[in-house]
Amino acid sequence: MSDIILEMRNITKTFPGVKALDDVNFQVRQGEIHALVGENGAGKSTLMKVLSGVYPHGSYTGEIFYQGQACRFKDISDSEQLGIVIIHQELALVPLLSIAENIFLGNEQQKFGIINWYEAITKTQAVLKKVGLNESPNTLITNIGVGKQQLVEIAKALTKEVQLLILDEPTASLNESDSDALLNLLLELKAQGISSILISHKLNEVSKVADSITILRDGATIETLDCQQDEITENRIIRGMVGRSLTNRYPPREVEIQDTIFEVKNWNVFHPLHEDRQVINNVNIHVKKGEVVGIAGLMGAGRTELAMSVFGHSYGKHISGQVYKHGQEINVSSIGKAIANGLAYVTEDRKSLGLILIDSVKSNITLANLNGIASRFRINQPQELAIAREYRDKLNIKCSSILQKTVNLSGGNQQKVVLSKWLFSSPEILILDEPTRGIDVGAKYEIYTIINQLAAEGKGVIIISSELPEILGVCDRIYVMNEGRIVGEMPKAEASQEKIMEAIMQKKEVLHDE
Amino acid sequence: MSRMTTTPDQVMDQESSLAGITKILRENVRQYGMLVALIAIMIFFQIMTDGILMKPINLTNLILQNSYIVIMAIGMLLVIVAGHIDLSVGSVVAFVGAAAAVMMVNYEMNFLVTVIISLALGALIGGAQGYWVAYLKIPSFIVTLAGMLVFRGLTLALLQGQSIGPFPTAFQRISTGFIPDIFGNESINLTTMLLAAIVSAALVFMDIQSRRKQQQYRVETSPLPIFILKNVVLVGAIMYLSYLMASFKGLPNVLIVLFVLIVAYTFVATQTTLGRRIFAIGGNEKAAKLSGVKTERLTFYTFVNLGVLAALAGLVFAARLNVATPKAGEALELDVIAACFIGGASMSGGVGTVIGAVIGAFVMGVMNNGMSILGIGIEWQQVIKGLVLLAAVFFDVYNKNKG
Repeated sequence: MSDIILEMRNITKTFPGVKALDDVNFQVRQGEIHALVGENGAGKSTLMKVLSGVYPHGSYTGEIFYQGQACRFKDISDSEQLGIVIIHQELALVPLLSIAENIFLGNEQQKFGIINWYEAITKTQAVLKKVGLNESPNTLITNIGVGKQQLVEIAKALTKEVQLLILDEPTASLNESDSDALLNLLLELKAQGISSILISHKLNEVSKVADSITILRDGATIETLDCQQDEITENRIIRGMVGRSLTNRYPPREVEIQDTIFEVKNWNVFHPLHEDRQVINNVNIHVKKGEVVGIAGLMGAGRTELAMSVFGHSYGKHISGQVYKHGQEINVSSIGKAIANGLAYVTEDRKSLGLILIDSVKSNITLANLNGIASRFRINQPQELAIAREYRDKLNIKCSSILQKTVNLSGGNQQKVVLSKWLFSSPEILILDEPTRGIDVGAKYEIYTIINQLAAEGKGVIIISSELPEILGVCDRIYVMNEGRIVGEMPKAEASQEKIMEAIMQKKEVLHDE
Repeated sequence: MSRMTTTPDQVMDQESSLAGITKILRENVRQYGMLVALIAIMIFFQIMTDGILMKPINLTNLILQNSYIVIMAIGMLLVIVAGHIDLSVGSVVAFVGAAAAVMMVNYEMNFLVTVIISLALGALIGGAQGYWVAYLKIPSFIVTLAGMLVFRGLTLALLQGQSIGPFPTAFQRISTGFIPDIFGNESINLTTMLLAAIVSAALVFMDIQSRRKQQQYRVETSPLPIFILKNVVLVGAIMYLSYLMASFKGLPNVLIVLFVLIVAYTFVATQTTLGRRIFAIGGNEKAAKLSGVKTERLTFYTFVNLGVLAALAGLVFAARLNVATPKAGEALELDVIAACFIGGASMSGGVGTVIGAVIGAFVMGVMNNGMSILGIGIEWQQVIKGLVLLAAVFFDVYNKNKG
């Protein structure tokens, strides 16, 4: 067996209320590509942040050995000095600087503060050649595609004498040929003796390049598979990823499904900036009265874009298609019209899109339906207070007063404020986008209970979630989305995590054949 | 978690304890801090100027001198709350004044018609700039910087570099007139005192009403002694200032205009759906938009509104000088913006009060006036005003961080 370059022992990392990593052990051998897989929230990114020093020594328990030495990183620069470089999913490049400027940002080729551009350009040309990127060092980052930007990130890592390269979802936003180029580059780097850790949801890529695979689930190491010895299939990986037993984390519910209340037909949406890129491709979905419908899919599958484009065209350009409520076509071309027609959209990003953080719980709850508390133009303040209190009690929002600013609330309570806002607009159809992201288990249960109540009241509920257990636990029917299309539809009885994952993968293969 | 679960009732219980009292003091410092500062500055200059500051004639002048700044500060506040800024108001004052002068002096138009056309012109100017900001998403700083140059230039072009005046008496009265005394008392203007008494009674009545409502709906209210003290001070101040003015010429017409504007805009900002939505835009434009607020349209209208108020200020300014000059209103925008920030508005939007902006305007006004009486040179006046602006905003930020 080759040498162990990295060993992480008994790593435990807790956030207030959540144990993100629970006694994780992780080993990487010299010169291998080691894939780290698991569902969203399994702890992959947290583990890598512990490794790279984003979470400094002392904020976690456990030990890290790198090249045989015990390491206690205080910040990223400590780990970078030893040749550990992490490339995050959101690229850390400055769009309006050139490739060369970005590559040497913070590591300038300088003497006494004066940059030697000849040296910088020459070195840039050398590393660009290494990563196979045929661009001038003076090209601005904003003028090259995401795939090439990834290569620039790797080139940047190479200038830092990288020994262990960590890539977090590097191909998530890449097309097929760019992904292939990137994976081939990883194999080349491996031949040069550079080890990599690859975090990916795309299991076909993982099984293509990985030498070993570590599976994380719920913050714990489940198993490490050796690709040379074991027979690795995608199904085998999926089983490891999702094989958790479901206890009653979801409140039970009497299901009474009636007629179709809401329908979206032939929905097409293009990217707001890159107008030739189709983000949503001929989507058809419907919801029945009293039904909870889930939309499953990986990050970037187009689920949020679908929801927002339906909700008052708040995302995208050149939107086409029809929306029906009770069989009647309705106009959703502006947010005001969508709300007036009984739609509500609870955003996945409550802090920047859902709440006015500097305003009180009360003002946030009434914002989407100010006319409901006003006679003509004048706000009836006592009525507003009464409404806010009513929702605080109904949804059990924990705040010192309804006049407390929402910025000071916990995530779960903030989410309940956003939900209250939309419940007060008395919608018939609610679209909940990642309604339980980043909130603790208890608050999740409460939100599921609210969802059940809404369905019982005869509303149509659509839930977008990246957590498959949540989709399976709450929804009556599930759509699977991938790359802007609906690639599967299944009733609860037939649905399983494996089937959903399969639907995503299958469609991928079909697309590749096209 | 247990800290978060206190109910309002528990909070009210806590208020009787010592911790509650310091909390209330702190909150009141934030709310009334600038008012206290204004009073302190007035007392300071009253002493330093040997009582000249509060002489009836000086007090009346102080109000006339600052009226146009207050008028614009009210409009500017809404623009700043919506998350924008308007640098063009000083030039708009000059341009509208010049346009009014041309209409009245060169074309001998009726003064009422002139006023109406001038206000409409202000709306048009505000709309023209607001369109770029709201719909075309050009930063307001840039749009109104351009507007500042454009309207200053147009003023020069319109006046051909000369001053135009004087104006008909009826027009001058906007700024220099006083409300007539129906009682005809020689020594003191009784109408003024009567109006002051009516306003005082109305304010106290409204405050009692809202307190009763707040208690009825279990909202935190300030303790009774503080409530009584606040009202006594308020009524005392109104009656004292009115008495001073009544012993000169009575209430200036423009003060009535100011009063109406302050009451109306405070109502809009705090009591209406319109005001709530403007604050929401400044607080988080994206969230407001996703909640169905028509962010573009409202932003546009805040600029239209400020345009109209700047036009009104331009008329008041021209009427006061009795001449329209190309240099009118230079650097006025800075005083107006400073007034809003001294009054507690936030640079990033979503925070501010109309009354705060008015107090801010008078803080600047009293300092200008007091330092001029003391014979402090214009150079040091600017230095001191700059430092006061910085100190006021620091005080506000520091207080917020602590709270």
